[in-house]
Amino acid sequence: MSQPELRDEVEMLSLMLLIRRFEERASQQYQAQKIGGFCHLYIGQEAVVIGAIAATRHDDYLITAYRDHAHALGRGTSANACMAEMFGKATGCSRGLGGSMHYFDKANHMYGGHAIVGAHIPLAAGMAFASKYRGEDRVTLCFFGDGAINQGAFHEAFNLAALYKLPVIFICENNLYAMGTSVERSTSLKQIVDRAEGYEMPGFVADGMNFRDVRDKLTEVIDAIRKDPHPAFVEIRTYRYRGHSMSDPASYRTKEQLEKYRMDDPITRLRAQLTREGKLSNEQFDAMDKAAKETALASVKFAEESAELPLEELYNYTYVGADGATLARAMSTDAPPL
Amino acid sequence: MPEVQMPKLSDTMTEGTLVAWKKKKGEQVSTGDVLAEIETDKATMEWESPEDGVLTEIFVEEGGKVEVGQKIAFIGDKGEAAPAPDQAKPEATPQKEQPKAEPQAKQPAESEQPAPAAEQHEETAPPHQNQEAPTRLDVPQHATATPPAPRQTEARPLPSAGSDGNRVKASPLARRLAADQGLDISQIKGTGPEGRVTETDVRAAMKSAPAASGPQQKAAAPAAAQSQPGDRIHLSGMRKVIAQRLVESLGPVPHFYLTIEVDAGPLMTARAELKAGGEESDTSKITVNDFVLKAAVEAALKVPKANASFDGDALIQYQDVDLALAVAIEDGLVTPVVRAAQTKSLREISETVKDLAHRARHKRMKPEEFQGGTFTVSNLGGHGIDSFSAIINPPQGFILAIGAITKRAVVDDCDNISVGQRMSITMSCDHRVIDGALGAEYLKELRRLLENPTLLLI
Amino acid sequence: MTMREITYRQALNEALAEELERDPNVFLMGEEVAQYNGAYKISQGLLDRFGPSRIIDTPISENGFAGMGIGAAMVGLRPIVEFMTFSFSLVAFDQVVNNAPNMLTMSGGQFNVPITFRGPNGPAHQIGATHMHATEPLYANFPGLKICTPATPRDAKGLLKTAIRDDNPVLVLEAELLYSSKGLVEPEGHELLIPLGQAEIKRQGSDVTIICYAQTVPMALAAAEALEEEEISAEVLDLRSIKPLDMEAILNSVAKTHRVVIAEQDRPYCGIGSELCYRIQKEIFDELDAPIARVAQEDVAMPYNERLEKAVLPSAAKIVTAVKKVCYA
Repeated sequence: MSQPELRDEVEMLSLMLLIRRFEERASQQYQAQKIGGFCHLYIGQEAVVIGAIAATRHDDYLITAYRDHAHALGRGTSANACMAEMFGKATGCSRGLGGSMHYFDKANHMYGGHAIVGAHIPLAAGMAFASKYRGEDRVTLCFFGDGAINQGAFHEAFNLAALYKLPVIFICENNLYAMGTSVERSTSLKQIVDRAEGYEMPGFVADGMNFRDVRDKLTEVIDAIRKDPHPAFVEIRTYRYRGHSMSDPASYRTKEQLEKYRMDDPITRLRAQLTREGKLSNEQFDAMDKAAKETALASVKFAEESAELPLEELYNYTYVGADGATLARAMSTDAPPL
Repeated sequence: MPEVQMPKLSDTMTEGTLVAWKKKKGEQVSTGDVLAEIETDKATMEWESPEDGVLTEIFVEEGGKVEVGQKIAFIGDKGEAAPAPDQAKPEATPQKEQPKAEPQAKQPAESEQPAPAAEQHEETAPPHQNQEAPTRLDVPQHATATPPAPRQTEARPLPSAGSDGNRVKASPLARRLAADQGLDISQIKGTGPEGRVTETDVRAAMKSAPAASGPQQKAAAPAAAQSQPGDRIHLSGMRKVIAQRLVESLGPVPHFYLTIEVDAGPLMTARAELKAGGEESDTSKITVNDFVLKAAVEAALKVPKANASFDGDALIQYQDVDLALAVAIEDGLVTPVVRAAQTKSLREISETVKDLAHRARHKRMKPEEFQGGTFTVSNLGGHGIDSFSAIINPPQGFILAIGAITKRAVVDDCDNISVGQRMSITMSCDHRVIDGALGAEYLKELRRLLENPTLLLI
Repeated sequence: MTMREITYRQALNEALAEELERDPNVFLMGEEVAQYNGAYKISQGLLDRFGPSRIIDTPISENGFAGMGIGAAMVGLRPIVEFMTFSFSLVAFDQVVNNAPNMLTMSGGQFNVPITFRGPNGPAHQIGATHMHATEPLYANFPGLKICTPATPRDAKGLLKTAIRDDNPVLVLEAELLYSSKGLVEPEGHELLIPLGQAEIKRQGSDVTIICYAQTVPMALAAAEALEEEEISAEVLDLRSIKPLDMEAILNSVAKTHRVVIAEQDRPYCGIGSELCYRIQKEIFDELDAPIARVAQEDVAMPYNERLEKAVLPSAAKIVTAVKKVCYA
């Protein structure tokens, strides 16, 4: 099992670059009408998920909300599978049945991609319950936004996790806005991290624009959890550069605020740290960036050329089991003939 | 690639207005630079350049409105020429027709709606839309193992509309059965609610079908059909057995109808006198109908040939007068029987009938109490029916249909018009048992008794 | 093999114990299931036998523990989640309808959710409007869920065991008013598994089919007995499962009797009977000799008053009346 400190920071930086270039392409493809429905971009927040990835093992369970492209990519889901999913293609990580908000990748322990705000937090408690039940030392990482902390499911899951001492780390990606509603307009607490106190859960704050801070804080928390199963809450303060979704001009916040965070860009910061320390040359970075752009572009080509799920398979994903498709067809009013 | 198109900036956006260019023609742009302000259906948004390079050509002027996907600019490498402008211009010109789009107030998109399926994605349309007229055999798999396989639209008779345009009411099963048997559903008498033809009716018709080709039946059917249309009160179906009996009746039993009007004045007087005896007197509860029943029994004693039934090669004349009376109950009809009614006084008949009717309405009768009977009296006067004809309950020889007592203008023997009370009685006769003259004789006696009710008190 | 007479409650208890014994991945979670031995004593003795790691008391937090069960199921456990009543499952509605059944599709087939939600459902007695919901039509409207509604101790045991072993989310909607009813069941230890989606003829008949499930099964049987005295022979078809639905059994019976009364414990509007009517007429329109009748609750909030409650609920007498109507009797 690879230890967190051994995970190469340059490799982590290249993952952050991949996420950013991938989402820029996704945005472009959305605008070109290749992607339907909603599309929520993560650009600006990359250090959060990659910091967490750097602090955890590959077999730790990971579950998140609908702004999930980065979590899958960070876990190792290919850009091809991620782009194809948004294109609705059978080669997508959820076979084109989930879309942008529902990325799943069992092999990479990515448990979704959940679009009802807060509803996946109890699921995380259950996953942690399962690893404790089986005596495993896995930790469950549960990501959600600042908009989730006022949902009942959040509070119920926090209480249950604390009550049963479940090995789960709840990560609030506080990007200051739940869609267009700022934290101060939605939450009675001054600091989100204080939610932990009500459940006698250890609480931490990390700087989401700083990869190293995220990684180091989480490493500490996760080590403690592995030694003695318990839940913890980490508020990671970050910022999304784009609107809530593609259609959001983000007029509820100021240009100055956006610029302030852009100056503190997580990719630029990690690059600077590595360059200063002599671990990364400009040429290396440019090559990494070029590779990320090419991977992103190639994923578009891959998605475009991929096939959609055949219509005959419509009924194959409702019930599992030998008679699953038969059952789904039988319950439909006028299923077309086989 | 470096051709820049109107972006889709919301899930529901189909066209966009180019509010302002943020870069000038010839200016260097890089990915992430704000290139233009675009107004979508939801908001006005700053739009970042998707490419690095030089903005070499602008195809849509500020204020221009174009569909998503149309080219609006060209970003080339340094020194790269824009495509032949004459190709681009025809597309750009039409935009000038609407140079000033209505400026919409800036507002954040507050709601999200899934994108409508883009046209070019037709192949992803739901399967039903895509299936060109799916075969009618849209049978779930389990049904193939099912014995009653869904039927194709086989030669099923149309809901045969009569000449009056009335649709024949029949159950699906009855229609199918009739079609299978080659029977015309419109010729089958329905005994279900509102005359609905049921399986039972079709099976009854099947039984009589061989005879239907005979001349006798042909004569009988029209006779039934022509008799007093509009007066006919269709009885509701009851037990399968009774329903079957009734439908068997109008088919094979040649009905004919005799109607009389009785002067009900004396009857009303007699009834009033009995009632005047006070609540305590045991005759106070005797009704007009009890008089009618008693009279029907007495008349049958006087004209015993009418108290008979047809039995293949013989007529059966009954010694006892077993009086059946039709009693409406919830959802149906039963006919309790007063056995040997000729031995009962008016008061006894009255009491027996009340008991039977009460128990019939509460469904507490024994089967033998509503079986048999030598003839039936059906009184719908209480339901506001002036006159009607009833269907004989086989194998009985006749049935009396009693209407309401109504006040009418009456011309008396001296040609004076006065107000009188009249009651209509229609006798439906089985022609095989009762001829017209015999029926008339019975009705004459019935009238005599009803118009002289004191005779019934003896 | 000698059958024993046990209660519906005991049958459920046996099913739980046998499945907990059989598969270490099975655990039971819910309000008062452990130390209190179950609000309705279904889990009596299970804490002593299987210990607190597998028989788990939860706080009153349906949305939370239903979601926990789903999460545990996604990573390989087979949770049994007890709702003290399915009326309380409405607090966890999002988990039951959005997370449990959608996961398989949304993940492109990667994650199935082998969870059993169980507990009493439908009319009880004088507990008013909030506690007596018959939730089957709500849940039946969601693809990916399976739903069974046992009416006898034998069915309760056999269906619950099957539900726990099913790899899909299954709702076992028990009948509180039948918990103390008795019936014959195979001996303990006998592997009694009743497939989901298999109806059972509880009484043979020829004139009319009474389709029923859960609480309306004993009512239908009583009605059939009363109708026998009036020479109407009623066939009583217990659906046992709402989803999958045993259309074959329904069509076979209706093709025999040609007349149908649907006795359901839910409310009539968009209730289970609505769907059954549609499917029957669609498949075998020509077999019907009368319009289909339904007996269901009245479409009003459940009154506390006993006489009014009785007026709202289906009953044997109401079934008798409906049968007579479709038999034109």
